[in-house]
Amino acid sequence: MRSLRTTSYAVRSPHGFRAASAVVVTAALLALAGCTSDRGAVEPLGDDPEVTTSRDLTVFAAASLQRPFEELGRIFEDAHPGVTVRFSFGGSSGLVAQLAEGAPGDVLATANEPTMADAVKDSLVAGDPKPFASNTLQVVVPADNPAGVRTLADLAKPGTQVVLCAPAVPCGAASAALEKAAGVDIRPVSEEQSVTDVLGKVRSGEADAGLVYVTDVASAGSEVTGIDVPEAAAVVNTYPIAALRDAADAGLAAEFVALVTGTEGGEVLADAGFRAP
Amino acid sequence: MTLPLHLRVGVDARDVDVDLTVAAGETLALLGPNGAGKSTVLAAAAGLVTPDSGTVRLGDRTLSDATTHAWVPPHRRGIALLAQDARLFPHLSALDNVAFGPTASGEGRAAARERAAHWLAEVGMTAYERRRPRELSGGQAQRVAIARALATEPDVLLVDEPLAALDVESAPDVRDLLRRVTHDRTTVLVTHDVLDAALLADRVAVMHEGRVVEEGETGRVLSRPTSDFGARFAGLNLVRGVASAGDLRMPDGRLLHGIAETHLVDGAPASAVVSPSAVSVHLEPPHGSPRNSLDATVTDLEPHGQLVRVRTDLLSADITPPAVADLGLRRGSAVVLSVKATEVHLHPA
Amino acid sequence: MTSLALPRWLLVPAALGTLFVGLPVVAMALSVDWGSFGSLVTSDASTDALLLSLRTAAVSTMLCLLLGIPLAVVLARTSGTAATLLRSVVLVPLVIPPVVGGIALLQAFGRRGLLGSTLEVAGLQVAFSTTAVVIAQTFVAMPFLVLSLEGALRTAGTRFEEVAATLGAAPTTVFRRVTLPLALPGLVSGTILAFARCLGEFGATITFAGSLQGTTRTLPLEIYLQRESDPRAAVALSLVLVAVAVLVIGLTRARREPVGGVVS
Repeated sequence: MRSLRTTSYAVRSPHGFRAASAVVVTAALLALAGCTSDRGAVEPLGDDPEVTTSRDLTVFAAASLQRPFEELGRIFEDAHPGVTVRFSFGGSSGLVAQLAEGAPGDVLATANEPTMADAVKDSLVAGDPKPFASNTLQVVVPADNPAGVRTLADLAKPGTQVVLCAPAVPCGAASAALEKAAGVDIRPVSEEQSVTDVLGKVRSGEADAGLVYVTDVASAGSEVTGIDVPEAAAVVNTYPIAALRDAADAGLAAEFVALVTGTEGGEVLADAGFRAP
Repeated sequence: MTLPLHLRVGVDARDVDVDLTVAAGETLALLGPNGAGKSTVLAAAAGLVTPDSGTVRLGDRTLSDATTHAWVPPHRRGIALLAQDARLFPHLSALDNVAFGPTASGEGRAAARERAAHWLAEVGMTAYERRRPRELSGGQAQRVAIARALATEPDVLLVDEPLAALDVESAPDVRDLLRRVTHDRTTVLVTHDVLDAALLADRVAVMHEGRVVEEGETGRVLSRPTSDFGARFAGLNLVRGVASAGDLRMPDGRLLHGIAETHLVDGAPASAVVSPSAVSVHLEPPHGSPRNSLDATVTDLEPHGQLVRVRTDLLSADITPPAVADLGLRRGSAVVLSVKATEVHLHPA
Repeated sequence: MTSLALPRWLLVPAALGTLFVGLPVVAMALSVDWGSFGSLVTSDASTDALLLSLRTAAVSTMLCLLLGIPLAVVLARTSGTAATLLRSVVLVPLVIPPVVGGIALLQAFGRRGLLGSTLEVAGLQVAFSTTAVVIAQTFVAMPFLVLSLEGALRTAGTRFEEVAATLGAAPTTVFRRVTLPLALPGLVSGTILAFARCLGEFGATITFAGSLQGTTRTLPLEIYLQRESDPRAAVALSLVLVAVAVLVIGLTRARREPVGGVVS
């Protein structure tokens, strides 16, 4: 019969204990060091006289900016040999929280102004943020539109499975504002964490309709259809951008901000469905 | 109720192929070394392995038939199995262990417990009925296991090395109990201990490599085995040869004088059975006139109870440790074995 | 009792390991705003989420038992390629990210999934319902129960089952009175693991079931959402979740002691 009793182990006290622990700790530290970035490291690139340094530019940007910003990143890299633009895309408030905790970054672009205001309040930003794009909400339905949605008011019809962003996140706040402006009371079957979650649920046909940004509809292609909502003009979401105070290379950060707010940036953003601020 | 059991089974994976009949109320001992297939035979009888060939019959019921694929599952066979380890259910008290069989076959809880109490009393374990198996000694556990098997009132009792795991103190008691309970029950007893066979079995079947090599009445097999393995288990010397004028001519041409119990035909195969205790060991040919005085070489020395068993290339002898020391015996020693003709039992092979 | 010497240096990584696991929980407890803790965790949204979590985790654990026990028995008592294949299938939820599990569930039970339209015809609306939460939790938690129980069953072996059969017990009786009691410690720990996994399930739920207060927004989803608006509430709720998990483990352990030894 085997009992549940466990064998007890007594601790021997041989030498070499301290040495072994030192090895373990050192190994752990080395492993951690290997995980950190070599951001800002300057290393000679060999015999190319044009390029003497390799630099990173880290951009924190709202998830909805992913497609146009990746293209702008390529344009920026072409114009600045030796520079690698790295992106951290995510929910705006999460990005600001990360920066406040000390995450290293050079540029911040958020999906709305209140979040950028938080970053300014935390003294994360160098100079004044510049608005560079705006976005409005659209009703999104699956391509076959199974619930026959035509207007925003249709979303309030019983039996229509609508998903919205949760009021706690920016797109949810915008949705609530739109409902108020249009005098519609939508009862969603789910309040999602992010606008991409809303889009995903509509895209897969789980939901009959949702409220997302025009740019999200554009990015989803032919799988979904966007329906314009006249009242949405009253709920415009403005995207600000700013160089960060702790930027490793303030000049480079400013140049990226200039690219985004300039003509070339405007064109790329317009292609993705964004409007001018 | 007790019924005859007929086993004619082949199990290919274990290379077992036997044909055994146990008469109603009889106890058959299956003797053999580890791996001889004894436990496989029991498992086939109990329905725990499916034979590839043959039939198992209990009375006029066919329990399994490989050709017709007839099959009675273990729980409907009325065959109880006692294993080497008691295998009491660890989560049940001694009483509930014994009551398990009756409850499983549909008896009410109270009646089952009453029956269990009766059988615990039969094996002298009433005082321990509330104990959990882990609180019982090996011998006590084996007693409870016996009561548990008997409480199902089986038609056949299968007993697999019941004493092997017990210490020397408790083995005799349990053996005695087994003798009582197997007395008038159809029983198949697997053992490699000749004492179990001698005390418990009416008949003995010796197994080797999946086959029965010798079968017969216990007294006969243990005193006059006709197979090497039978002799080995009986602890006897078996010498084969041919009959020659009332004696045995061994393959090397030497003659072994003995007493024939039946008439031996000259030139016919015959064998001699000699107890190791009847063989004495000398360094020189002994004085006097033992009829048999044979040169041999020591191959092994091993303890055997209070004595030392001296194995040679011819016969084994049991002598005292001082004698071994006096003779300075070791492997390879040349010795002269002597044995009286009256101690050499000759019979046709 | 044997007293075997343990290399002393092992203690250092062991202590580091303990610290690594324990420190975040301690740090979280320290960062809780105790002054407002009560009001943070008793808000409507919080209590709804906690109750929903407990309710769905309980139902999902029952489902895990209902489906997982037979599965574990089959796995423990069979061998060969079919069994190996079956085991790999059953363990899939354990090795895939929960989000992927959620996507897979959508393909099966979603409105446009394999069974979705059939279910809808049968009047069963899975999408965005509490049922979807239970499905997601059962999906991710069942392997824990199956693995744990299968191990216990294999350790217990078939020796006692064979004896029980020769004592006249039919297969169902053997299963009920011998197999399960002997595997009880494994079953209990498997159930605890499964319940804890259900309670903590996030990825598959948010992907498959959505997030609506009182219907599909379980405690982990509520915590993740609160992070956006009120990080203090997120920390407070996280602590509640830890406390519930510890409580469940503690209660089951305390009840489990009298069961005693396992025979091998």
